[in-house]
Amino acid sequence: MSEHIVSSRLYYTIWIVLLVLTGLTAWISTINLGPLNTIVALVIASGKASIVALFFMHLKYTSEKHTRTVVIASLFWVGILFVLSMADYVTRATAR
Amino acid sequence: MSTAATISAEREHYLNKGYGIRSWLFTTDHKRIALLYLVTITFFFFVGGILALLIRLELLTPAGDLVQADTYNKLFSEHGQVMVFFFLIPSIPAVLGNFLVPLMIGAKDLAFPRINLLSWYLLVIAGIIMLHAMMVGGVDTGWTFYTPFSTAFSHTSVVEAGISIFIAGFSSILTGLNFVVTIHRMRAPGMTWSRLPLFIWAHYATSIIQLLGTPVLAITLLLVVFERVFKLGIFDPIRGGDPLLFQHLFWFYSHPAVYIMILPAMGVMNEIITCFSRKRIFGYSFVAMSSIAIAVFGFLVWAHHMFVAGISLYSALIFSLLSYSVAVPSAIKVFNWTATMYKGSITYSTPLLYALGFIGLFTMGGMTGLYLASLGIDVHVTDTYFVIAHFHYIMVGGAVMGYLGGMHYWWPKISGRMYPESWGRLAALIVFIGFNLTFFPQFVMGYLGMPRRYWQYPAEFQVLNVLSTAGATILAVGYLLPMVYFLWSMRYGKIADANPWNAVGLEWMTESPPPTFNFDETPEVTWEAYDYGRVPPQPREVAVEP
Amino acid sequence: MTMAACRRSPGRLPLSHSPTAIEHEHNPALQHHFADMDQQKKAAALGMWLFLATEIMFFGGMFCAYLVYRYWYYNEFAAGSRSLDLKWGTINTAVLICSSLTVALSVRAAQLGKRKLLVILLLLTLLFGLVFLGIKGIEWKSKFEEHHVPGVAFNVNDIMHEYPQIPIDPQHAQVFFSLYFAMTGLHALHMIIGVGLFTFIAYYAYKGRYGPGYYTPLENAGLYWHFVDIIWIYLFPLLYLIDRKPLR
Repeated sequence: MSEHIVSSRLYYTIWIVLLVLTGLTAWISTINLGPLNTIVALVIASGKASIVALFFMHLKYTSEKHTRTVVIASLFWVGILFVLSMADYVTRATAR
Repeated sequence: MSTAATISAEREHYLNKGYGIRSWLFTTDHKRIALLYLVTITFFFFVGGILALLIRLELLTPAGDLVQADTYNKLFSEHGQVMVFFFLIPSIPAVLGNFLVPLMIGAKDLAFPRINLLSWYLLVIAGIIMLHAMMVGGVDTGWTFYTPFSTAFSHTSVVEAGISIFIAGFSSILTGLNFVVTIHRMRAPGMTWSRLPLFIWAHYATSIIQLLGTPVLAITLLLVVFERVFKLGIFDPIRGGDPLLFQHLFWFYSHPAVYIMILPAMGVMNEIITCFSRKRIFGYSFVAMSSIAIAVFGFLVWAHHMFVAGISLYSALIFSLLSYSVAVPSAIKVFNWTATMYKGSITYSTPLLYALGFIGLFTMGGMTGLYLASLGIDVHVTDTYFVIAHFHYIMVGGAVMGYLGGMHYWWPKISGRMYPESWGRLAALIVFIGFNLTFFPQFVMGYLGMPRRYWQYPAEFQVLNVLSTAGATILAVGYLLPMVYFLWSMRYGKIADANPWNAVGLEWMTESPPPTFNFDETPEVTWEAYDYGRVPPQPREVAVEP
Repeated sequence: MTMAACRRSPGRLPLSHSPTAIEHEHNPALQHHFADMDQQKKAAALGMWLFLATEIMFFGGMFCAYLVYRYWYYNEFAAGSRSLDLKWGTINTAVLICSSLTVALSVRAAQLGKRKLLVILLLLTLLFGLVFLGIKGIEWKSKFEEHHVPGVAFNVNDIMHEYPQIPIDPQHAQVFFSLYFAMTGLHALHMIIGVGLFTFIAYYAYKGRYGPGYYTPLENAGLYWHFVDIIWIYLFPLLYLIDRKPLR
């Protein structure tokens, strides 16, 4: 996909960052932040996922714009599924 | 195949390069795989067709006298599943798309030939499992598998049917993947996106839908299987689940699936109409972009299948509005096709007859879709024969006629033979008449209130049902005729040259049938698509053959 | 409305115009329907990313089900989440992150032609994958022993006793556990497939098949592995961290 050879130091750095974020998210979940708990957890998870995608999966280094389009399109599509389905559930009159 | 030898004893092409069953079952040639698919889907068309005839025979009389109610439930369920997953969804992409996509873009094969063969094997395996499911218990849930009946109450082979369609789904996904990569990466020099035949644009859009939609069906069916086998409660209201969640997930795929079924036929239309009007397509960019728009918008409308199922009024309003908007790109195509024919030099060949039938019948089907998108009307006609007529106008009057038109148009390229033109026109006429007689009465009976999936009905609907069944038998004749004369033509048909229609397109610039690697030299494209200004004004091979 | 022509050179001429001619010193891995290795590599990469897009939609369906039922049954989801072992979940997340590191380093080793390092890294990857599956097995076993597996033996009285402050309907808790097993089960199945895939990759790497001129299967298998890791990165907070706040 790309001939760019990433330095092993960068890989190790990313690895450490991911481990730290993992510990962080586990620890923060034990602190009461109210509704923010969920948001923080998802933000950290998305951060980790982005790091894996950008550096380990070489999304940052690829010259192919198709790859980025495929990733963004699939995230958008799964978003359509979530948003339009939940549009029904959050507007239903019957409480559950 | 001894017939191939009589085409031209010296020239080697894809049909006579290698004989024997192994050269076919282990082929990676996209053209041979297309023919393998042709045999498979034709077989399933027969299976689905026989189921349809049994349904229509039962409905000749108001009483339930031909089959039991349980059997009738199995008939319509299996008719739907076989026709949708084993005929309509593969049909044009797997047969015509497989054959033509590399030819039209000037490539030697698809990007992943072995995955192409795997796609076919997956469909065959899925088909065998489905046939087994039908023979051992059948399926009576409707092709829609609604829960909790399918997960908790049905005593039929739901698990097998679910697994079968799961596997068939992967066949579809892999075909879509192959097409997208091929179209992006393997176009010949000079074949820019704006010079691509619109058949390719249509298949590109179809492949996007296959890639993004089918996996959701796969996971949904898997959850249904898990629920049945492990007694989970994801969709069962008694155990805390929501049956509507199943419907949301199911229709998220199954609505775009109908665009998988119609977009390729629309792609075929572009090729046929331009050739037999001797004109370039009117509004190339609009037609290309409308294919992409249909693929995108098609994912935003699924809950219009659920208007009366219990979704909230607000989401029903959203989906109703979005459903109106999805009609716009289709309408754009119809306008562009008619504008293409305007002041063209028309030849009423068999492919064009199918195309004209498509335009009329697809428009009728599409417009009745707008009625269904309206909440007020849908409350009355949902789950009646109005819906059945609507989707058969599009699926049969549209997609199947597009498929038949395409088969006739490219038959010389595929087989090296011409089909008999007069028989072709006759069959097209019979199909058109039979189709309308079958399905137009169904609009009326649905509007008057006859429910779908009912094995008995009030006597007041009998006349319309009898008309419909009579039409079905005529339609069957219309479908059998091409099978007979296509086979006949492989031995006795007039030998076709490279471009019998004087058409424009890379596939017409190589021999009929093409050599295994498609072109003797990689073509270099310097002309625009549908450049009919520079070819002779008449398509040659449309004299009536004896 | 005009369409901009494709910027890059549209289409490639094969080195020879003859369909069966072979370029003089071609890479033995070149398949002949491709013009050159670059086209083949780019086609394989695009194909792999498209496949990952289908996987996103595949898991997406289950994430949608999760979304709906968490919205409806938050309390049961919170309680069910607490009953999962946070220690094992966190360790497993770390294990997968380590395996992603070894995969990324292995691709780099292939790019640099270091065959021995490549094989070692691939074997480490397999080890991490098996550790993950082993821990998953431990977790599932304890769920089975606690009667939290949906079905006839399902019983969440222990959870209800442990968290009397949270109103819990057993049927709704059953939905949580159904989704727990379906999602982690499907993820584990993908891990098993990944382990199988990398076993083959490791074998071919040992045989010397991959080097700076050709490492596409390794790269694409690596993409798959990283994707399965990303799925777990989301599963971890969604299943284990719903509500770990100290209870009053």
